[in-house]
Amino acid sequence: MVRDVSFGQYFPGKSLLHRIDPRAKLLCFIAFVVVIFFTFNYASLGLIVAAMVFLVAVSGIAPKFYFKSLKVILVVVLITSVLNLFYGSGEAIWEWWILRLTWNGIHRAVFVTVRIICLILASSCLTFTTSPTELTDALERLMKPLAKIHFPVHEIAMMMSLALRFVPTLLEETDKLMQAQKARGADMESGGFFKRVRSLIPILIPLFVSAFRRAYDIATAMECRCYRGGSGRTRMKILHMSARDIIAMIATALLIGGVIVCNLLLASVI
Amino acid sequence: MSFISIENVFFSYDNIEDGKPVVNAVDGVSLSVEKGEFVAVIGHNGCGKSTLAKHLNAMLLPDSGKVYVDGDDTCDEEKTWDIRAKVGLVLQNPDNQLVASVVEEDVAFGPENLGVDPREIRERVDAALKAVGMYEYRLHAPYKLSGGQKQRIAIAGILAIQPQCIVLDEPTAMLDPLGREEVLSTLLRLNREMGMTVVLITHYMDEAVPADRVVVMDSGKVLLQGTPREVFSQVELLKKHRLDVPQAAELGFRLRGFGVPFDRVPLDEQECAEMLLEVLQ
Repeated sequence: MVRDVSFGQYFPGKSLLHRIDPRAKLLCFIAFVVVIFFTFNYASLGLIVAAMVFLVAVSGIAPKFYFKSLKVILVVVLITSVLNLFYGSGEAIWEWWILRLTWNGIHRAVFVTVRIICLILASSCLTFTTSPTELTDALERLMKPLAKIHFPVHEIAMMMSLALRFVPTLLEETDKLMQAQKARGADMESGGFFKRVRSLIPILIPLFVSAFRRAYDIATAMECRCYRGGSGRTRMKILHMSARDIIAMIATALLIGGVIVCNLLLASVI
Repeated sequence: MSFISIENVFFSYDNIEDGKPVVNAVDGVSLSVEKGEFVAVIGHNGCGKSTLAKHLNAMLLPDSGKVYVDGDDTCDEEKTWDIRAKVGLVLQNPDNQLVASVVEEDVAFGPENLGVDPREIRERVDAALKAVGMYEYRLHAPYKLSGGQKQRIAIAGILAIQPQCIVLDEPTAMLDPLGREEVLSTLLRLNREMGMTVVLITHYMDEAVPADRVVVMDSGKVLLQGTPREVFSQVELLKKHRLDVPQAAELGFRLRGFGVPFDRVPLDEQECAEMLLEVLQ
């Protein structure tokens, strides 16, 4: 039940997106996410949507997983778009009580919805096609210059990759604990908000205790495997930028250029 | 000198300043392990066998006494990492020793820590995964594998360090019978075909039968050691210390008690069946 979350999962594969260097992918992703929020008219929004559809298509991952990841934030999308719908400025085209519908509001709602959906799809695209190890590896290497000012780059990357590794394990454990409590008659589904939050305590406490025990075990296992921090460590996978990665970055730059041009040439609608 | 030699080791988890009487988890153990040997250490929970295991790769240091690995004292801090690269320790819970989200990246963790050249890491990882029969799973996520498979990945992770000896601390305690069988046959193969020194710590007596030597521990002391046949023949002594014997040995012992003329204690089902057949004919 808890395990049925596709957001943040990795699907091994050999698609174009899988093969792009994680550093290039991460940089492109950051640029893409920023540019999503710099779309002010339908032409630039269209460019982003087109790019997004292209990415989803070449990721080689079944669209149902993307829908699944969207399902999680459906409520957020609905609330923000409805709020935006009635918070526009300008002339009202429909009015009832405190609700005031304007063209500006409709545009805003469309933009917000499309932007959030693109944001989630882009993050899914990244995490579906990049293994957590690759991702933290890319982060570690991109942030390497910061190590010079004694920023603990390696430690942070290691913590992130361990955290990501244990997400499914801890979810599974939560599931087991919930079932164990239910088997003993715990009621977690009924009652008001506070009652339900309170019924989570018997799950959270054992979960924390076991998480600490696990942390101790992992530290022991890591020491047994000669882990002694980041210095003197090598990596099995050497990352190197190929023509493919440069093309990906150029494509992202072109997309950014396209969005800027659209914004300059056409009037913004929000 | 033996590959690993433990000389009169005492170790206690208790804090002396507490004022409570100190209970030694390891209470004066002397033991040696030769190269290429398969040693099984058995005993029930709390007999000090896991504590002893952690002494073999300098995870714990003795309160008194010495542990030498390939001639190096484990108390010598400069040798700690050499020792850990020579003696790999596999722990009980397979989930808690896999550190990466992809099988092959996890196996690469050890050699990466040792600063091995990337191309060689690749070779070591492939060889280690093939040695435990998990090569086809190299791109899988560990959490989707069965317990036995996870434990074999953990063994591969140690093999990739290329140690001379593997110590396993109850590697099958959390596995189902099928997983136990997988892990045990992997260990036997490593020992017989690759000459790997194996120290298997377990509380399943059946797992000790194929070993070259069995060491029985009780309350932090070595109670008995010898070949499996020598050890499991002493059914009465083992029972006095609330230890089991393999089922076949138990059956043989009881039958002998009823006057069946067995000349020795059978160690596994096959032998037991043959001996019965002999007697019946």
